[in-house]
Amino acid sequence: MSIFIGRDTRLVVQGITGRDGSFHSRQMLEYGTRVVAGVTPGKGGQRFEDRVPVFNTMVEAARDTGANASVIYVPPAGAAGAIFEAADAGLALVVCITEGVPVMDMTKVLPYVRERGARLIGPNCPGLITPGESKVGIIPGNICLPGRVGLVSRSGTLTYEVVNHLTRSGIGQSTCVGIGGDPLNGTSFIECLRAFQDDPATDVIVLLGEIGGMDEQNAAQFVRENVTKPVVGFIAGQTAPPGRRMGHAGAIISGSSGTAAEKIAAFEAAKIAVMKRPVDVVALVKARLQ
Amino acid sequence: MNLHEYQGRALFRAAGIPMPDGDVASTPSEAESIARRIGGTVVIKAQVHAGGRGKAGGVKLARTPAEAGVAAEKILGMVIKGLVVQRVLVVPAADIASEAYVGLIMDRATQRPVFMVSPAGGIDIEEVARKTPDRIRRVGVDPRYGLLPHQAMGLAFFLYREFTQARSAARIMEQLYQVFTANGCSLAEINPLVTTPDGRVVALDAKVSVDDNELDRRPDLALLRDESAEAPSEVQARRANLTFIKLEGNVGCVVNGAGLAMATMDLVKYYGGEPANFLDIGGSSNPDKVVSALRIITSDPNVKAILFNIFGGITRTDDVANGIKTALEQFPVKVPIVVRLTGTNEAEAVKILREIGMTALPDMDEAVQRVVAMVGGAA
Repeated sequence: MSIFIGRDTRLVVQGITGRDGSFHSRQMLEYGTRVVAGVTPGKGGQRFEDRVPVFNTMVEAARDTGANASVIYVPPAGAAGAIFEAADAGLALVVCITEGVPVMDMTKVLPYVRERGARLIGPNCPGLITPGESKVGIIPGNICLPGRVGLVSRSGTLTYEVVNHLTRSGIGQSTCVGIGGDPLNGTSFIECLRAFQDDPATDVIVLLGEIGGMDEQNAAQFVRENVTKPVVGFIAGQTAPPGRRMGHAGAIISGSSGTAAEKIAAFEAAKIAVMKRPVDVVALVKARLQ
Repeated sequence: MNLHEYQGRALFRAAGIPMPDGDVASTPSEAESIARRIGGTVVIKAQVHAGGRGKAGGVKLARTPAEAGVAAEKILGMVIKGLVVQRVLVVPAADIASEAYVGLIMDRATQRPVFMVSPAGGIDIEEVARKTPDRIRRVGVDPRYGLLPHQAMGLAFFLYREFTQARSAARIMEQLYQVFTANGCSLAEINPLVTTPDGRVVALDAKVSVDDNELDRRPDLALLRDESAEAPSEVQARRANLTFIKLEGNVGCVVNGAGLAMATMDLVKYYGGEPANFLDIGGSSNPDKVVSALRIITSDPNVKAILFNIFGGITRTDDVANGIKTALEQFPVKVPIVVRLTGTNEAEAVKILREIGMTALPDMDEAVQRVVAMVGGAA
């Protein structure tokens, strides 16, 4: 077991023939992800790497291959369109890697996706991985190890840093999810926490947050009320100045809200063990694993 | 991206929002002639991306064109919160009967635009929210249907009891919503929205922020960026496709990924140092980006040592190593460099660095401790 993806994930890659799409499709295939189709309008009928059929539309790809998930590597201008199309094709999971999607587009995409019962992860995210089973997105497979720690994060390389510490200490992961660094995204910390709480294969949850918005505070509240599994947390951006966008569109302290101090206090109030440094994840998780 | 008040005013006026006549000046004589054209008493307002302009002396009244010139002379070149005033806005001084607040923000929690209005205008809305939350009304707008007429009227009646005024305010809110959605804003704010003694409803200020992600498809908005209001190093970084924010410390940081970049700065602080900057070289790094990054960081005289922290996923660490090598060939780097790298093509990267007499550390904590020790911080 795991959350959101596993052995039964049958993936379509939207933008499979593009520069990023083809590179990461090869990596996913190498990892063992069941990439069953690709979509690039105008390239229907071709095969990617001589094995993955390419379709013109998502509806065809889903119908002919029984795909149940998609991952999007298209430029920002086409990302919203790609998400709409995936939701209309009836896929249960849509993962949007693209960075730079206009927020105004997301205000229309998000209700559309929800009304069709799909789960969107991202945009501007590294995707997710269930080690040993499936990876959807760009998280390097070699730094992960199958195990019982669930990890959810707003960032990419910080996730790798923390996962790498765990793996090198022999602590494996059930699923690692990057929900993305944009202000509006498809899946929140809370939805991931709920899934990890319900996942019998997850014993400890690691939550990597950052400055900006209220997601971490809301997650802390949810942990306090609904999560019985131990949670270890981190907040990046203690040295970030207010009013500046720290790389991620969502990582900005507006006025006096969204600071690291406020989020750490919320974590502590919810009895989330707070890492002071990324490396602290090892000791804190170890102490909480049976 | 924040717009200046005069730029926001142009968007508001184009949408039909009633605002007093006015114009922007970059010299005292221009300010004087605008004041002459407007006639009567005018207000001279500094155009900088900083709150509290009034308190800093950046807003002055002038009763005559000559006074307007003198006021502009005083304000132009003034430094407000570290920003030099390059332009002033000259507008007629309005007679004000009442002041309200109307703001529209992209709300992260409800994932839609939300109106916030208050009859307590002209002051800091965060303060109103804290002290008298019942003086604020919030209404979320479903972007698929837009601001509905009854929503606009409901908000307007919260501000004004008088029907004509409420109807004017409702119309202004509809126009503000148009500005917001048509320009991909994250904020559009009128503070204050005033009533005049003869009963008209008029917007006296315009504060607009545009979502940076809109700028690629909206070159017209991208042109509104005022690079003179930014640190030169930040402008240079943007042109090189780097995300860079200058800070006050002395440890220069080059990192791939925003989250790791923030965590690296935090770790520098944890071990007793102070980061000189935030810098994200992004995902698919090419060596040129690293060269630009080093050029920008070394131009800051505060920087006493440079820390690379690279976790190679899509980023190839050998690209980064090659970038360091190229930079050192192109220009002198007088401060020590500590490199931490791990991940994709690590062995090649280590080899490239060894050839130029550098070592690469695999561990982030060790690298940070070392760089902090070099600048004399407690490690």
